[in-house]
Amino acid sequence: MATAAHRIARTREEDSPADEAALAAAYEAAFDAAVAADERIEPRDWMPDAYRATLVRQIAQHAHSEIIGMQPEANWITRAPSLRRKAILMAKVQDEAGHGLYLYSAAETLGTSRDELLDKLHSGRQKYSSIFNYPTLTWADVGAIGWLVDGAAITNQVPLCRCSYGPYARAMVRICKEESFHQRQGYELLQALSRGTPEQHEMAQDAVNRWWWPSLMMFGPPDDQSQHSAQSMTWKIKRHSNDELRQRFVDICVPQAESLGLTLPDPDLRWNEERGHYDFGEIDWTEFREVLKGNGPCNEQRITQRRAAHDEGTWVREAAAAYAEKHTAKDITKDRSKDITKDGAKDGETTA
Amino acid sequence: MTTSEWPLWEVFVRSRRGLSHTHAGSLHAPDAELALRNARDLYTRRGEGVSIWVVPSAAITASSPDEKDPFFEPAADKPYRHPTFYEIPEGVKHL
Repeated sequence: MATAAHRIARTREEDSPADEAALAAAYEAAFDAAVAADERIEPRDWMPDAYRATLVRQIAQHAHSEIIGMQPEANWITRAPSLRRKAILMAKVQDEAGHGLYLYSAAETLGTSRDELLDKLHSGRQKYSSIFNYPTLTWADVGAIGWLVDGAAITNQVPLCRCSYGPYARAMVRICKEESFHQRQGYELLQALSRGTPEQHEMAQDAVNRWWWPSLMMFGPPDDQSQHSAQSMTWKIKRHSNDELRQRFVDICVPQAESLGLTLPDPDLRWNEERGHYDFGEIDWTEFREVLKGNGPCNEQRITQRRAAHDEGTWVREAAAAYAEKHTAKDITKDRSKDITKDGAKDGETTA
Repeated sequence: MTTSEWPLWEVFVRSRRGLSHTHAGSLHAPDAELALRNARDLYTRRGEGVSIWVVPSAAITASSPDEKDPFFEPAADKPYRHPTFYEIPEGVKHL
């Protein structure tokens, strides 16, 4: 595969350093022009090392979040209140696994391997969204996750469908199509509880109270403290700032909460005529940083469970690989014996 | 036995009869049979397909992006291959 990097490496032996620098500059200019023209960068194109590293970090974190995100919801599959709700929840959790796999594939196009990605998740060298370190205490949490957590994810992800990196953008298109069901089932679930008995209503309100603020944190730190934002915007990996997306999400949620008959736990939440947006209260970033550091309520449990699932699946992976190997060997022997018979019939000699 | 990663497969899905198979994405699987089953679970959970192909990624030969200009250039200077190249008197029908 003659990628730009390889070519530059090859040129190194023959050409002067000046030629080499000119070639590198030409590649960089081509990359910048493609991004500026809103064209997509594809896996075998030349790209700056930092662009590649940023994408691997972001896509890996995204993939890990989908996989870890299966846990808090799977917690309720066995206790879903009806067969309908159970079937819905299983389909949703299966979707999350699928989303993880689309994203791992996208990350792998950047030259990293599946094993390496999983290893980094298991050893804590790559992160997943801190929202999944909160526990799902009641059935209503399944609804709050669908409405708020998936709602925040959609707000974040829709612009990623136009991300400058082709495989990531394509994975996001597929994911966004599927996420819409996730959000709607959550909303419907909360609505059923909110309009149910007083205890059910209270359960729904309690879940919204606990998930509201962590959902706002999903958009990441405020713009003036966001480490990677500016560069990612230039590269068109990111299209909108954290604060911009957070505001968009708040504006969407307020009327939805009203329709549910539930309140959002923020006394400072009010319409600002002048801005044309809802003002909202201060986010507790200390909590965000603590959960990110590993001190959230479920960090330990999530990663332990993930490692266990991986380890307990080892024998399955090994058995499948052994089966595949055995059958490949058999097929080769079969083909050979066919050749032998044919050739043998022709000239009385075996050619194995 | 230590397992190295399962090989990578490219998945192509025919969304309905009459259309050709289109690249949907990729996945890891130990053999072709499991690649097909995994592709069914991963890419057709909502009836997106009526037929699936799986191809080992290693079996694909691709043109190089570095050589894309010279590689595709022969097509660029032959506008006469397009119907719009030809001037047809006004009023002539069915052409």
